[in-house]
Amino acid sequence: MDTLVLLTMTGLGLGALYFLIASGLSLIFGLMDVLNFAHGALLSVGAYACWWAASGHLPGAGPHGAGFVLAVAFGVVTGTLAAVALEVGVVRPLYARPREQVLANVGVGLAVPALLSGIWGSDARTFPVPDALSGTVTLLGARVPANRILLIGCALAVLVGLRVLLGRTRAGLVVRAGVQDRAMVSALGIDVRRAFTLVFALGGALAALGGALGGVYFGEVDPGQGTSLLIYAFVVVVVGGMSSVTGAAAACVAVGLLQQFANYFTTAGLGDLAVVVLLAVVLLVRPRGLMGRLT
Amino acid sequence: MNAAGNAHPRPLLAARDLRVRIGGRHILHDVHLDVAPHGVTALLGRNGAGKTTTVRAILGLVPRTGSILLDGQDVSGLRTHVLVRRGIGYAPEDRGVFTALTVAENLRLAERPGSRPPDYALVHDLFPELRQRAGQPAGTLSGGQQQMVAIARTLLADNRLVIVDEPTKGLAPKIVTEVAEALERAARAVPVLMVEQNLAVVRRLATTCAVLVDGRTAYAGEAAPLLADPRATRRLLGVASGSTRGGQDPPGARASAAESPDTREAQS
Amino acid sequence: MSSNPPRDAVDRTHPARGTRGLLRLWPAALLIAAAAVPFGSFPLPGLLAGPVGSPGNLQLLALCLLFGALATGYDLLLGRTGLLSFGHVLYFAFGAYATNTVMLEAHLPFPVAALIGVLAGTALSAVLGAVSLRVSGIGFSMVTLAFAQAFSIVVSRDPGGLTGGEEGRAAPAGLLPGGFVGIDHTADLYWLALGCLLLTLGVSAWALRSPLGRVWDGISQNEQRVEVLGLRPYGFKLTAFVIAGALAAFAGTVHLLLTGGATPGTTTTDFSLSLLVMVVLGGSGSRWGPMIGGILYTWADQRLSDVAGSGAVASLPGVLRVPLSQPLFLLGALFVVIVAVLPGGLARLPARIAVVRRGRTVRTEPPPDAPPAAQGAVGTARAGDRHGA
Repeated sequence: MDTLVLLTMTGLGLGALYFLIASGLSLIFGLMDVLNFAHGALLSVGAYACWWAASGHLPGAGPHGAGFVLAVAFGVVTGTLAAVALEVGVVRPLYARPREQVLANVGVGLAVPALLSGIWGSDARTFPVPDALSGTVTLLGARVPANRILLIGCALAVLVGLRVLLGRTRAGLVVRAGVQDRAMVSALGIDVRRAFTLVFALGGALAALGGALGGVYFGEVDPGQGTSLLIYAFVVVVVGGMSSVTGAAAACVAVGLLQQFANYFTTAGLGDLAVVVLLAVVLLVRPRGLMGRLT
Repeated sequence: MNAAGNAHPRPLLAARDLRVRIGGRHILHDVHLDVAPHGVTALLGRNGAGKTTTVRAILGLVPRTGSILLDGQDVSGLRTHVLVRRGIGYAPEDRGVFTALTVAENLRLAERPGSRPPDYALVHDLFPELRQRAGQPAGTLSGGQQQMVAIARTLLADNRLVIVDEPTKGLAPKIVTEVAEALERAARAVPVLMVEQNLAVVRRLATTCAVLVDGRTAYAGEAAPLLADPRATRRLLGVASGSTRGGQDPPGARASAAESPDTREAQS
Repeated sequence: MSSNPPRDAVDRTHPARGTRGLLRLWPAALLIAAAAVPFGSFPLPGLLAGPVGSPGNLQLLALCLLFGALATGYDLLLGRTGLLSFGHVLYFAFGAYATNTVMLEAHLPFPVAALIGVLAGTALSAVLGAVSLRVSGIGFSMVTLAFAQAFSIVVSRDPGGLTGGEEGRAAPAGLLPGGFVGIDHTADLYWLALGCLLLTLGVSAWALRSPLGRVWDGISQNEQRVEVLGLRPYGFKLTAFVIAGALAAFAGTVHLLLTGGATPGTTTTDFSLSLLVMVVLGGSGSRWGPMIGGILYTWADQRLSDVAGSGAVASLPGVLRVPLSQPLFLLGALFVVIVAVLPGGLARLPARIAVVRRGRTVRTEPPPDAPPAAQGAVGTARAGDRHGA
């Protein structure tokens, strides 16, 4: 029982991490048809910015309490700015050339982790984990690390926040309309590119938050972390039905649990393999049904 | 160059030398189009003549060359949303209704924050149904109701030109009448450019018209003389003008309009 | 997607017939020069450390040629058929691992093991290609990525001790052909890599000149039009996939000899994406572009790493030292720039310069910068898709 609770919470925590990456990915794909291969790089940027701030480089920020919150906020802001720079500098000039857009994002996805390892080395750095998050919480008789709870809580808050943003605000309305038909949105007099930038900024912010929380979850940060998480986020986005935030959330839970349980009850690594194979199977079995436009 | 330009002081919208290439093929060669500052201007032509492309080109939804003047101002360089904000309402051929959004949300997208408040009174007066169905997803509406949403969106904001592309296509006769009535009322307040295949609707609404043949303007001028001439309509549109209403052509009608230089150019 | 003005238009810019005839001989001249490299005792300062024919340099150059070959084969998919595979290195790595495993476990000599490895790699590409090609567009990219990632996971988990996990597994020296083992025989390895490149170029040129190549060209430009002609694109795409897969598996066996073992680095997504970078950098869809890209990329990666490790870079201020110490950063950044401003890659550079010199405007495919056009074109395509669905 203890093991089941722990595994479930760990799976959900991992799923929460995937959700922070995948929600932005699916919004970007839904609105702009851009499969953002640089999204993992945004996560790494956020993770490193948070680590840098929490390690005492940013005045006021630190590894504990309010200082850590400030460090996370710094990471999120950095990730947001990086995402906006990416959209304006690389993605936007290539809207008329979708394939080049994918390729350029691939290039950014390769270059940014390399730059990070150039600055801080390619080895993993220990991530400062606040005391409050390093302990365990007793849940249904099992001792569950507190960071799982934090991750799940954050993901839930993000899910609710996104639903409010998309459902209750004009910007969200524009995004939802743009997912269906960008041209018509601009034919109604709305600058749909502002929605593009907004969605990229949002995706960058969430990925950066994922990076910071991932640092807490794994206890360390390395330049390749974002890229390796990105593939699982792709799985989530595809399984969740592309461009649906709620679908992505459900898929995150499924993928996170599948991975944890399979890794535990069979041999280590089989869970990862199962998830990757799941991506291929879903794409092949229901190329349209699950993913809308993605063919 | 064309009759409409001379008959009226200044066209509301004037497109000159409009050319469109898609995938290496010329879709529009040389389209000239004037939209009269009052009433309904009909854009006619057979299937594939380039009517929808012309409208999309005007709005900048397809890459194009040529000049477009709105109220005498050159707007050819403007991006779609900027041009639309100058006061254009557009209901595309496929109606462009966001099916996953509710009726109310579809209408809200047509609001222009910062300009005069949206005219919901007019819209609800014309289409009372939309008020009752405000919370319904637009995807669950009938074709006619979706067309109402599309037209309602063009009338909400403070537009000086409304463009509707085949508003009666695929609709039941009763709904066609309803849509035509709505457009007729709308046209009293704002000039309308209408792409339409249903000549009965054209006859009822249009005062001015332009005819495209193979991506070129083949006729431009008043609608009545053209529609009164069965030979000209058959040649330009592929239908006898009487076919939709049953031979109401005045006996003395001649193909004078169709003998314009533009027509000959189009044939050569 | 491929650049609009046809390649022969470029050739026509050479005015005099005689010069043109001579210019046509450059591949042969280059081949002779390439074959003679192991005898070169002169240095190429800046480009290579020490004499050209030194074992270290031959090893590097062999690697360059091999990746040139891999990139050329990959471009049959990417540039010629328009298939954006993100998992092509799977067949390269599989060729190496399969050959190595057969040698280690079944104790068969290298030629037999290599044959089995290539055949197994080809069969694998046929099976996975048949499956992946059921989806198109970005879906295809994702499925290929997933398969390659799956193989990478399997390799790193070392099932039954077959793959050696993170360390990889050294090839059994006893079973390797003697002429290809040891530092004294680097020249043989170099020639082998050159042979692999020639084979790939030959197969690629032969396939492209055959009716097959013309259908691929049609598919890459407009798949629907090929269907209208009554041809099923699926079979043609699968053929391209299998040919490219077989060439990759063969290159994998050569890599096994060259590096003396199978390494998990060849299975990673990063390597897959690097291969993409090589092809696009050099010029996807052109005859020599992918080869040039593969050679330049490999050389730059190696040389930049050497430079990065040198004292000269370590003493630079951080702003310069950090980017210079990371070849992948420089290459990735260069790649983004090339993608954005030089469609067609380095192979199109001479033609571009010629055009600019004559003061003519460069014709690019769609007007990329005209805002309304660009925006509309994308929107139109999407709207169209939706109606078709």
